[in-house]
Amino acid sequence: MKRLQNNKNIEKNKIINFYFDGKKYQGYKGDTLASALLANKIHLVGRSFKYHRPRGIVSAGSEEPNGIVQLETREYTEPNRRVTEIQIYEGLKAFSQNNWPFLNFDLGAINDLLSPFFPAGFYYKTFMWPPKFWKTYEFFIRHAAGLGKSPKKDDPHKYEHFHYHCDLLVVGSGISGLYTAEIAAKNNLKVLLIEQENEFGGEILSSHGDNPKINNIPINIWKNDIINKLKGYSNVKIISNTTCFAYFHYNLLLAIQDLEPEKGLSKTHEIRQRIWKIRSKKVVLATGAIERPIIFNNNDRPGIMLANSARKYLNKYGVSVGQNLLFFTNNDSAYETAIDFFHKGLNVQAIVDVRNETNGHFTKIAKDLGITILNGYEIVNTIGRLRVQEVKLKKLHTNNIDENKSSITIKCDTICVSGGWTPTVHLFTQSKGKLKYRDLDGSFIPERAFQNTLCVGSCNGDYDLHKILESIPSNLNNFLDLKGSKLSNEENYKTDKVLNDNHKNIWITSKQKISKTKMFVDFQNDVTAKDIKLALKEGFQSIEHVKRYTTTGMATDQGKTSNVNALGIISELTNTDISELGTTTFRLPYTPVTFGALAGRHVKEFFDLERTTPMHDWHVNNNAMFEDVGQWKRAWYYPKKNENFSSALNREVKATRDSLGILDASTLGKIDIQGRDVSEFLNRIYTNAWSKLEIGKCRYGVMLGDDGMVIDDGVTTRLGEYHYLMSTTTGNAASVMSKLEDWLQTEWPELEVYLTSVTEQYGTISLNGPNSRKLIEKINSDFDFSKNNFPHMSYKNINLCGIDCRVMRISFTGELCYEINVPSVYAKYLWDICIDKGQEYNITPYGTEAMHVLRAEKGFIIVGQETDGSVTPVDLDMDWIVSKKKFDFVGKRALNRSDTIKKDRKQLVGLKTKDPKIILEEGAQLVEKITTLPMKMVGHVTSSYYSPNLNSSFALALIKGGLEKKGEKLFAPMQNETIEVEITDPVFIDPQNTRINQ
Amino acid sequence: MFLINCPYCGERDQAEFSCGGEAHIARPKNPPDLTDDQWAEYLFIRKNDKGLHYERWNHAFGCRQWFNLARNTATDEILAVYKMGDKPPKLYANVPITPSGEPDIGSGNLSTSKKK
Repeated sequence: MKRLQNNKNIEKNKIINFYFDGKKYQGYKGDTLASALLANKIHLVGRSFKYHRPRGIVSAGSEEPNGIVQLETREYTEPNRRVTEIQIYEGLKAFSQNNWPFLNFDLGAINDLLSPFFPAGFYYKTFMWPPKFWKTYEFFIRHAAGLGKSPKKDDPHKYEHFHYHCDLLVVGSGISGLYTAEIAAKNNLKVLLIEQENEFGGEILSSHGDNPKINNIPINIWKNDIINKLKGYSNVKIISNTTCFAYFHYNLLLAIQDLEPEKGLSKTHEIRQRIWKIRSKKVVLATGAIERPIIFNNNDRPGIMLANSARKYLNKYGVSVGQNLLFFTNNDSAYETAIDFFHKGLNVQAIVDVRNETNGHFTKIAKDLGITILNGYEIVNTIGRLRVQEVKLKKLHTNNIDENKSSITIKCDTICVSGGWTPTVHLFTQSKGKLKYRDLDGSFIPERAFQNTLCVGSCNGDYDLHKILESIPSNLNNFLDLKGSKLSNEENYKTDKVLNDNHKNIWITSKQKISKTKMFVDFQNDVTAKDIKLALKEGFQSIEHVKRYTTTGMATDQGKTSNVNALGIISELTNTDISELGTTTFRLPYTPVTFGALAGRHVKEFFDLERTTPMHDWHVNNNAMFEDVGQWKRAWYYPKKNENFSSALNREVKATRDSLGILDASTLGKIDIQGRDVSEFLNRIYTNAWSKLEIGKCRYGVMLGDDGMVIDDGVTTRLGEYHYLMSTTTGNAASVMSKLEDWLQTEWPELEVYLTSVTEQYGTISLNGPNSRKLIEKINSDFDFSKNNFPHMSYKNINLCGIDCRVMRISFTGELCYEINVPSVYAKYLWDICIDKGQEYNITPYGTEAMHVLRAEKGFIIVGQETDGSVTPVDLDMDWIVSKKKFDFVGKRALNRSDTIKKDRKQLVGLKTKDPKIILEEGAQLVEKITTLPMKMVGHVTSSYYSPNLNSSFALALIKGGLEKKGEKLFAPMQNETIEVEITDPVFIDPQNTRINQ
Repeated sequence: MFLINCPYCGERDQAEFSCGGEAHIARPKNPPDLTDDQWAEYLFIRKNDKGLHYERWNHAFGCRQWFNLARNTATDEILAVYKMGDKPPKLYANVPITPSGEPDIGSGNLSTSKKK
């Protein structure tokens, strides 16, 4: 709890209680879980992935590899949350991960002792044999693997997506980001500035606050001024707690915003997170840089952390990460941290610097303060199990590699490490920008942007504040095309910041001893320098392969602190230039993103569109079971009390054939087609001829692709000289419409044809059965429904109960049928009347399942069931519908290809089982004779049902050369039996069409 | 996600569009005169170029109009958008040297490697 100074970033009057591993602690409002734990002197927060080694907090930002916890419980729980990013709130509960039974005493740590037996690729190598044992191994491996636990219940939170368009997006609110935003704001650009932390300022927040000065103003005040100014601009929006995690083509960037992080997971009742989908004309990346660890033996002990992060805890949160601090560095930035700690009265044991000589500004100050500086030394080992206690140093470049000789031992409770800086170029490379390697400080820095992107500040590899302040106005002038007009003098900021001394690349200490030591490169995945060496020895050369084999950089932190070090080690071990190795891919997301946020509002009932017919409520009220057909909810069958699926189905099928059935066919696609050339258009897209179809007549059509295969079928009615109504199958309505548009717009622009979807404008009531005429006569007794006046395949406009309806005599059951198209708003009204007046004929509503049985009894196909994209109309025995006279139609040429005219194509036939009680399985393969495997298959069952009208099962099938094999026997070899079947005609009921033509 | 400049509606997100494959494959006017191979050529054979590619797009969730678009498939740069029936513009694209190569920027995963 103790804080070193009055710090504005935390509110000391607001004490917050929280729980870590069940124990209660206190922090202040403004703390992260990491700063609050460190203030309570807790470094040890988890156990490592593979060896269960004790691990402590390493950083103070999104790069954190070790400090990951299970946050909250039950449905609110989230695994692998970074302690450095969780803002504490009252009652917060966090749990350490990957340990049993306790964090301080973890039995899994036995793995650490056994580590010589867990080399890189351990699982690949060990669990290969015998192959069938994998299932057994997997059980144990799955139990041992993983860090946190995923929640078992539905996420109770809401998430949303938000689209935003702007002239300039600035990612990052450090000095460079703020400066950029200010210039753009003054030039009236629409600016969005986003910051991943809860506070703006970036690196400024880690600094002392008084230093450096910009235009003689302390940096903290400068920052606050500029933020206040930005907030005053109406053309600027600035948001914090928002991480930009992806950069796509055409400057589309995704960011995730935590809306109420201070409230806590279980108390966020409104929207928890928002995904910003940002399209910006230009993008400035001011994403900063991440400090790099140095690899040495036992470099993973709690208490060993990044120097600048320690500085941030000190200056932003007033938390000292330790009492006896040792610094280990290869550059000047750690000196600034050491000086800050010294001024706060903490014991700086020494600064260990791998450089032999240092003359920078801060090294001089440190020397003047009397801080011990050990130039030319490196750390060779550390001691201390749950917290570092002691460090062993050795003079660099001495030949004696025995750490016990010529070495120095220093006691300390914290080691602050700085191995230099790695520019945060993740978003830049996602945008497909090109990097170059700078040997000077071992960094990959942006070289050339692919999109409208500019990197500024340390993201661009610029660490010199003078240079940054000087270059931003001129760079922006070019990038934003400002022509210098509104850049006033006041924006040319000057700083007193002194340039740091040079950096010396060091990737790893004591590399001769890699094989005998534990030098961790990737903390989260427990990858050591030894693993990388082994991978190279085993022949992995590409950095991408080494990464996958060792899993370095593949944990949830995606190697933000480890990737460059791994490259450096490979480069040293193979004597290859890093620039030749290249980097691994910087994949999105930059930091883990919740699935809930990605899904947004597209969950549960909003996951997919649900379409219902005008009569839907009636179906629901009458106990219908539903099936999904595309997005439509269609009534499947209507079970009465004590009825199961098959008894309900049989009743519906039988009642329709015997008397009267009613079907809601509203879902069938309806396309209104008008224009001078409609007849010609239909001639081209259907296989049969349309020019001579009389007005008021209907015709069945089959639509092919240009490959000759059936893609849709349906009845089209000629409503007028230049007016047709086409019906399509339910599932294909949209794709047919789009295909027709395609032909019209791209191949036949000379045709004057207009297509309009009217599927939802009409409800369709289909009255089927011998008594359907009696019912419709009852509804309108004035109209002449006789066969002569209104025959099969014709259409009439009829007034039914005061509603103008389009009535077609078309039938999908083989029965006398009236298909009534009624404006949607009246559909339910007319449906109710039909049900009411139909009672005397035992009117029976039937669903899609009965519809399938009824049509199959009559041998009518369903596109997508009898066809699968490889079936021509000839295969379906529909030669009659394929015009021989037309010069061309879509698919005609392909019907004469060698493959489509060959003899043994699969053709549509009927099947009857020898035992009429057995119902074949749809999809069952058929053979001519039972042999040893593999049997020669001659076809398959496409539809199979029981018919209460035939009192037997029956099926439709596609059989090679089937049309000429009627009467022959086939077998369906099933798992437990072989079913004997006979090939029949596919029309099982009324082949003479007497019923349909009544 | 592309930003596609529909010739009828202006710039819209890619999510509103669907791609209809290679452009400028006219349906033959004399199908009966063609051999099976010639018909198969029209039906099935597509260039699948890496680099400059002319393709058809449909503003499916917008104006429903089809149009043509020239794109560098190696870098996903949209080089031109033009209406159906218009002649394809002559364009330069930063195309890879070999079938398996990459353009020097804007493509693939190798953001730095200088290996050939």
